[in-house]
Amino acid sequence: MEKRVVFRSAWLPYALVAPQIVITVLFFFWPAVQAIWYSFQVQDAFGLKTEFVGLRNFSELFHDSHYLDSFRITAFFSSIVAAAGIAISLLLATFADRVVRGALAYKTLLIWPYAVAPAIAGALWAFLFAPSVGILSYFLRKTGYHWDWVLNGDQAMFLVIVAAVWKQISYNFLFFLAGLQSIPKSLIEAAAIDGAGPARRFWTIVFPLLSPTTFFLLVVNIVYAFFDTFGVIDSITQGGPAGATQILVYKVYYDGVKAADLGGSSAQSVVLMAIVIALTVVQFRFVERKVNY
Amino acid sequence: MVENRPWLTFLAHAVLITGVAIVAFPLYVTFVASTLTAEQILTVPMPLLPGSHLMENYAQALSSGSTMGASAPVGRMMLNSLVMALAIAIGKIAISVIASFAIVYFRFPLRNFFFWMIFVTLMLPVEVRIIPTYQVVSDFGMVNSYMGLTIPLIASATATFLFRQFFLTIPEELAEASRIDGAGPMRFFFDVVLPLSKTTIAALFVIQFIYGWNQYLWPLLITTQENMYTTVIGIKRMIMTGDAATEWNLVMATAMLAMLPPALVVVLMQKWFVKGLVETEK
Repeated sequence: MEKRVVFRSAWLPYALVAPQIVITVLFFFWPAVQAIWYSFQVQDAFGLKTEFVGLRNFSELFHDSHYLDSFRITAFFSSIVAAAGIAISLLLATFADRVVRGALAYKTLLIWPYAVAPAIAGALWAFLFAPSVGILSYFLRKTGYHWDWVLNGDQAMFLVIVAAVWKQISYNFLFFLAGLQSIPKSLIEAAAIDGAGPARRFWTIVFPLLSPTTFFLLVVNIVYAFFDTFGVIDSITQGGPAGATQILVYKVYYDGVKAADLGGSSAQSVVLMAIVIALTVVQFRFVERKVNY
Repeated sequence: MVENRPWLTFLAHAVLITGVAIVAFPLYVTFVASTLTAEQILTVPMPLLPGSHLMENYAQALSSGSTMGASAPVGRMMLNSLVMALAIAIGKIAISVIASFAIVYFRFPLRNFFFWMIFVTLMLPVEVRIIPTYQVVSDFGMVNSYMGLTIPLIASATATFLFRQFFLTIPEELAEASRIDGAGPMRFFFDVVLPLSKTTIAALFVIQFIYGWNQYLWPLLITTQENMYTTVIGIKRMIMTGDAATEWNLVMATAMLAMLPPALVVVLMQKWFVKGLVETEK
């Protein structure tokens, strides 16, 4: 779609796009190019000498068992976070769409965690499950379960998943609710007249019609789990114990900032960029076509 | 509701109440912890009813921070967070609205190139270019400054895209009429386009304010002095390794203070918030 009526000026449009373009070039493109450039280099321990090494950083990366573990951990973490977040919010949204009384109150009480920073969500859950003082740890110990996520990797993973999902429910809930409210009531009524019960109506009409929303949320949630959960991880486990919750983004940060391995961290950045680009392309291909019947 | 099924309505309320309870439980415990003394929290299990130290904890957090971890006053951190959130929200809206105006209402060489350049930044979140971006900022001498905290984050593909979509729906007749009346492009922009964009701007402002307030990784890299910490960073710096060393009452009071402004924005501006969220992402 294009405007027929336009204004003419030799310099004004450039002046108007300039601030956005300058910031984009300085803080997005230039650093991205540098990340690619560094990823082909190795720096000595004192940062005095850099050497061009071609693809060696990448080949080392994919032979590094820690990095491959981090890949596996990220895949597991993001699929659970996306699946659990979507399932729970779909359940809540379906029921919230049904109730008449108190609908606004439920909605308000369910959406506020959107305002909570991931790092704070992490701090809240870290406190609830703190090994010695946490109130939920206390109940777990009472049932005889040995709970100590500071030492146990699986429990640490469980904790970061809970915090990450808790934070994301409100977002998914809002999108599902908007999706549910756009389904024509006549379809549901027709099915009810034909004798379909609530469960049948949900699976044969509502769920298929929600598929564009679900797919959209799937991509958004995977991106969320890949990148935005940095704060959750950093405030609860810092990637530990023994790397059990070290997702890819955390490893980039750790290797680059804490371990000062410029080449290796940049190579990881480049791999992450490739993943984001792939996810974005998938998202747009499908959003264009609309997953639907 | 299509038909009356009392048991299903009952089930719906039961599920929703359970959901609300699970979502609210961490908040409740946080609030209770922020009204107790550090010793009361260390008695396991901690009391689940609010204590009497609410004013003391908040006053101490706001004016002098924790005694063992970061000792910067949270009041100062709140100010930093507010400056950051406002600068990011206003900055993003300002530079995006003029960029989309140029892209929609002018024909000029490289127009599409600029549009795609802005659009591609969606694929370069700060998390994947941490170190080089930090180097650019430190080369400009912007570490530990409000400029360094905000400027690298104010380029916005989503806001530019949203304004472009909205401008395309403005009737052609308005631009035609303005031109016939002899209004130049900037006159048209300020007198017609901006007033029409009010709701879009409000919706974006809510979303971007929360985005700015909740930033974590970027301030973590850019701020090394306590007086530049944002609230979200401050909390992390107050949590010590080992449960006993952490003054949980102060950490939780700070957490409440960090959640309050964005939560109020979400709840009080719910209509715009929902509109902004659903529209920016679609």
